[in-house]
Amino acid sequence: MLQTNFLNKEFKNPIVLASGILGLTAASMNNAVNNGCGGVTVKSVSKDARSGHPNPTMTGTKNYFINAVGLSNPSVAEGVKEFSKFKEMTDAPLIGSIFAGTPDEFAEVTETICQSPIDFLEVNVSCPNVSKEFGTPFAYDLKAVETITKKVKEKSTVPVIIKLTPQAWNVAEIAKVAENAGADAICAGNTISGMAIDIRARKPVLHNKQGGVSGPALFPVALKAVYDIYKTVKIPIIGTGGITTGEDAIAMVMAGATLLGVGSAVYYRGQDVFEKINNEMIQFMKEENINSLEEIRGIAHK
Amino acid sequence: MQKNDPKFISISKIVDEAQNIKTFYFNHTLNSQPGQFVMLWVPECDQKPFSIAYDDGKSFGLTIFKRGPATSKLFEMQVGNRVGITGPYGTNFSHEDNTHYIMIAGGYGAVPLGFLSESLQAKENITIDFCVGAKNKDLVLFRDRIEKIPNTKLHIATDDGSEGHHGFVTEILDNITSEVSNKKSILVVTCGPELMEKKVLDICNEKNIDCEISIERYMKCGVGICGQCVVDDLGICMCKEGPVVKRELANKITEFGVYHRDKSGKKVYF
Repeated sequence: MLQTNFLNKEFKNPIVLASGILGLTAASMNNAVNNGCGGVTVKSVSKDARSGHPNPTMTGTKNYFINAVGLSNPSVAEGVKEFSKFKEMTDAPLIGSIFAGTPDEFAEVTETICQSPIDFLEVNVSCPNVSKEFGTPFAYDLKAVETITKKVKEKSTVPVIIKLTPQAWNVAEIAKVAENAGADAICAGNTISGMAIDIRARKPVLHNKQGGVSGPALFPVALKAVYDIYKTVKIPIIGTGGITTGEDAIAMVMAGATLLGVGSAVYYRGQDVFEKINNEMIQFMKEENINSLEEIRGIAHK
Repeated sequence: MQKNDPKFISISKIVDEAQNIKTFYFNHTLNSQPGQFVMLWVPECDQKPFSIAYDDGKSFGLTIFKRGPATSKLFEMQVGNRVGITGPYGTNFSHEDNTHYIMIAGGYGAVPLGFLSESLQAKENITIDFCVGAKNKDLVLFRDRIEKIPNTKLHIATDDGSEGHHGFVTEILDNITSEVSNKKSILVVTCGPELMEKKVLDICNEKNIDCEISIERYMKCGVGICGQCVVDDLGICMCKEGPVVKRELANKITEFGVYHRDKSGKKVYF
């Protein structure tokens, strides 16, 4: 019922572990698969190891979750060892994820990560938490997205997914640029920039002061980004941002998403949230006599 | 949903324990169990996990070793200054009746075990061998505290032989387990440097004695989201399914005593 074909690869269901949550090690990602994920996205890796920002790096309320981990990772060279190990544990689809400071460095990291058995490559050009180091995220800049997409496509041996930010007012136009530059899919999208202040401490909670907002508060923002992008591109979309329930997931498919990224929902509903969302989707589909997600994909546009 | 927004609360008392070791008390109901931890946030500096040393239901205490930027800044604070506390998080040591506890503490590993020894007094027919290892006699933590606890025998081991057994605290464990009668069930509990804990696990496996081990891994969120503290090959988070794990689970953690991961996620071998 939930079986989903994404770029000619079969997913047992459309739920994929979003990048940055529990995606550090092979064993951890395999647990996400055992907890119901149709596929997993690794935590983004870069050319060199990074320690990330000091703590607090994340905090949550019932309405939103916010993080500024700062892209900590053990480097792409260390990462690929875990990706190979993951494929020894399960045949679930694996989405690699990379980030870099320059288009050429994106190409370099692409070459290294493609030596591992990833099925897809997600290109993170939209992290909101590292602007002090990397400047304005590339995802706001049409030219930068075009250049990076082309450079990565030249080197990649697997389909390329460009991860954008729903915070860009023209995200649909940017997605179109990525498509024209050769992107195979769009991930919409990243967290959006925000902050939290502890009123007794009288200071921002996150050490980085600003962070990326996810969780329920992000959902309507991400939903509209997917809806807008679906209108402008033909390539498939991974809808990511605030999906917490089966109802959210169905709405995202109706907006036009093929796969559904789930991350912060682990905070709200536990590590088996993926299975819960799947069951809720099936329940809804039965109630509404829907036989496959294909039937309702993008249906909100009609 | 496990909350992780900090509560900003005042330090109510500060007690010197040893050189560079202090206990910070807070008049706040935490409802924690021995072995659990809190995240302590020093604004504009860092936020780190700390094992709980005291909790009487009305207030709790954290015994802290001055080590990095956050603890250094904390050590400059006075009674009345405020820090952010989240938690309690994680699993705790078991409270059993009719049991002989053998506690193996290495250095600051005495922190949760001191708390456990006191809270066990509410149970029936408890005896304790409290074995603490330190570099030298000045660094033996909670000597007075442990000596006051009924039915508890303190054993000390020092690396330099300045007090008690000259050598590893695990050597005391080896002797005790051979002496204890079979009238009561034995539970070994341990907290300290990982290679010491691994030795404890090996001894307990060899003698088929139950044990519980507090395993420390680099933590960021404390609530099982960031995945920083996952262990191979189980992939479980030590902030949620640990830090205290039973022998059967510890035996399945293949990286235990072999490697851990730093804050980038890179493996660091012991």
